[in-house]
Amino acid sequence: MEFALSEDQRMLQDSLNGFLKDAAPLDTIRKIAVGDEAAAASLATGLDEFGLAGLHIAEDHGGLGLGLLDACVVQEALGYAIAPSRFMATTVASHAMRFAGEGFLPGIASGETRMGLALTELSSRRDGAGVMVENDKLSGTLLLAVSAEGSTHLLAADISGALHVVETPELAVMQTIDRTRIFSEVRFGGQMSEMTLNPDDEVLAAARLLVAADTLGAAQAMLDKAVAYAGERQQFGRVIGSFQAVKHMCAEMAARLEPSRALIWHAAHALDTGEPEGLVMAALAKSHLAEAGTFIARTATEVHGGMGFTDLVGLHYWFKRIGVNRQLFGSPEQCRHDAARLQGWFETA
Amino acid sequence: MDLSFSPEYEAFRQEVADILAANAHLAPTSDDRGMKNPKRLAWQKLLIEKGLAARTIPTEYGGYGAEPDILKSRIIAEEFARSGLPRAMSSQGISMLVPTLLELGTPEQKAAYIRPTLYGEMIWCQGYSEPGAGSDLAALRTAAVEDGDDYVINGSKIWTSTAKQADMIFCLVRTDPAAKKHEGISYILFSMETPGIEVRPLVDMTGTANFNEVFFTDVRVPKSGIVFEANKGWQVANATLTHERGMLGDPNATKGRLVELVDMMKRETVNGERLIDNPLLRDRLLKLQGEVYAMQANGLRITTHNLKKESAGLAGLVVKLMGCELNHEIARLAIDALGELGVMYEQGEHLRADGSWQARYMYDLGLIIGGGTAQIQKNIIAERGLGLPREPKLAKA
Repeated sequence: MEFALSEDQRMLQDSLNGFLKDAAPLDTIRKIAVGDEAAAASLATGLDEFGLAGLHIAEDHGGLGLGLLDACVVQEALGYAIAPSRFMATTVASHAMRFAGEGFLPGIASGETRMGLALTELSSRRDGAGVMVENDKLSGTLLLAVSAEGSTHLLAADISGALHVVETPELAVMQTIDRTRIFSEVRFGGQMSEMTLNPDDEVLAAARLLVAADTLGAAQAMLDKAVAYAGERQQFGRVIGSFQAVKHMCAEMAARLEPSRALIWHAAHALDTGEPEGLVMAALAKSHLAEAGTFIARTATEVHGGMGFTDLVGLHYWFKRIGVNRQLFGSPEQCRHDAARLQGWFETA
Repeated sequence: MDLSFSPEYEAFRQEVADILAANAHLAPTSDDRGMKNPKRLAWQKLLIEKGLAARTIPTEYGGYGAEPDILKSRIIAEEFARSGLPRAMSSQGISMLVPTLLELGTPEQKAAYIRPTLYGEMIWCQGYSEPGAGSDLAALRTAAVEDGDDYVINGSKIWTSTAKQADMIFCLVRTDPAAKKHEGISYILFSMETPGIEVRPLVDMTGTANFNEVFFTDVRVPKSGIVFEANKGWQVANATLTHERGMLGDPNATKGRLVELVDMMKRETVNGERLIDNPLLRDRLLKLQGEVYAMQANGLRITTHNLKKESAGLAGLVVKLMGCELNHEIARLAIDALGELGVMYEQGEHLRADGSWQARYMYDLGLIIGGGTAQIQKNIIAERGLGLPREPKLAKA
């Protein structure tokens, strides 16, 4: 029995953290947030060299053959640096196609096929949105697509929950609070479904787990910044971190975050090994990290006092990333509802 | 990441399950009351002989004498939980005094005390906290003054569980009032039958006297009761305090309570609707389930660190704070779910689960405060886990 990251996983995370520290400092993120395409492209190229596109694709199809736990380790590092990346979309699409994607997976692994995710139909259908399929042709709109911008193809859910791999149609940017990532409205006008996959709880579970891992990283970054600030900032002639009021805020953040890390590992491992509890754990990991992340986003900002509220310190980029993650692929309430359903806790349905 | 057990361990698991199944008829039940109930003592003896209690204590002191093996301990705990049979005794004598004596006791102390303690024949109480020394334990003032081969003890202790039943006490006393506060304390063992000791039950909010006050008036005890050395009691006590905090907040016990809560919410109906079908209550239940999963996974992580003989760092430091809080919240939801009947207590035909949810809700608040308050735990997390500075000491007046 060993419940820990492997040496390889630790090395992967360390090297990614090291790379992102240099390649994606806050100044670079600020540039990307106002639409500096060169900065975004340069960061994406650097990340490509880690082979992330094929991380969760079988070696037979040109990938690294690694699991969701490895993917969570990567996503945590990306969340820590609030780096934009196609990694989440690529990994979820690879997961969806893991049994049937021979046609697409080699292209995804090589980076030639770039995937986006249009999955809001799986968790929250809206009036005026929704995709219909007739004769394998998709029509309608999907909201809040992830990494659709710059993609060649989308993994898109129709109103029945079936998934389609389809060429990326016309997009419109949906401006969210989080400018570290671009979200899109997708407008289908008769694009052909190139592959149809049956509804599958695992796809949403993988997506939610990666969002939770992203929040874990972002929340850890906010906690680290709060602790560093509390150890430097002086008031009343002493560092504020020596006041119990401030110290206890930091302790509460750590106490909520540290077990969350183990929860993500356990959920990812359970999905990787096909344990039946994996789906429930992934849904609860998403809701749990949403709650812990929200608490930390707020509390870490408060530890910074007035400076936490300013653009100067830039904490708000992490705050907003966590804020979007909380809703993405299902609010905490929605995820808990799904966890109850997966456990058969409803009398009917 | 590998959560499977090797064939050796799976075989061990089967062995433990077989032993428990074969002896289940000998297990004491809630009707077998009293700490020295013959059935309880016989069960403890059986568990020690089979290697399911006192497992790693050397045979010369009455233990089973196995090599320490964290996975086997874990398997034993899991199999007890699965079988529903009563576990081995876990008194303060067994969990705190025995490890201390093994490490620091004299040969005479080890020979005299370890075996009867393990077998449940000798009950101990812990004399640490005082009315004026709670979180600041080192401020304790109970005085032990040398007189020939004896100490004469005056003062009082509080929060002393099992003092009424105890044969013996392991006690912190001030032997050098002139020394700095951590350097004048001794850890001493003596009989609770010594003249001059008065035990007064301390009834708490649950309505039960889970704790006592103990008063010492000219209590004359032999110096041979000192463990390790006089005035080194703070180090002796610290070795086992860490142990006590590890015991509080066990995630497997918390999981058991959550399972009970889920069962209750599936069984109990209000207005013809199962409690679990109420979306507001269900949402709260799932929130707690997420936290239970997190604490369980955190526990697996700590086990792995222990196996590698590494510190578990923050993962370990947060267990008491988060685990006790979570237990309290589980009880709170159970009471809210039961609604008006959730307030029933102690007896009556409408009582649910023997009123245990109210008892736990209150007792768990005691555990949030006891064994190092939640606020002291936060100081520890912030200072040892996050490296924040200690509160500056006030200049002496």
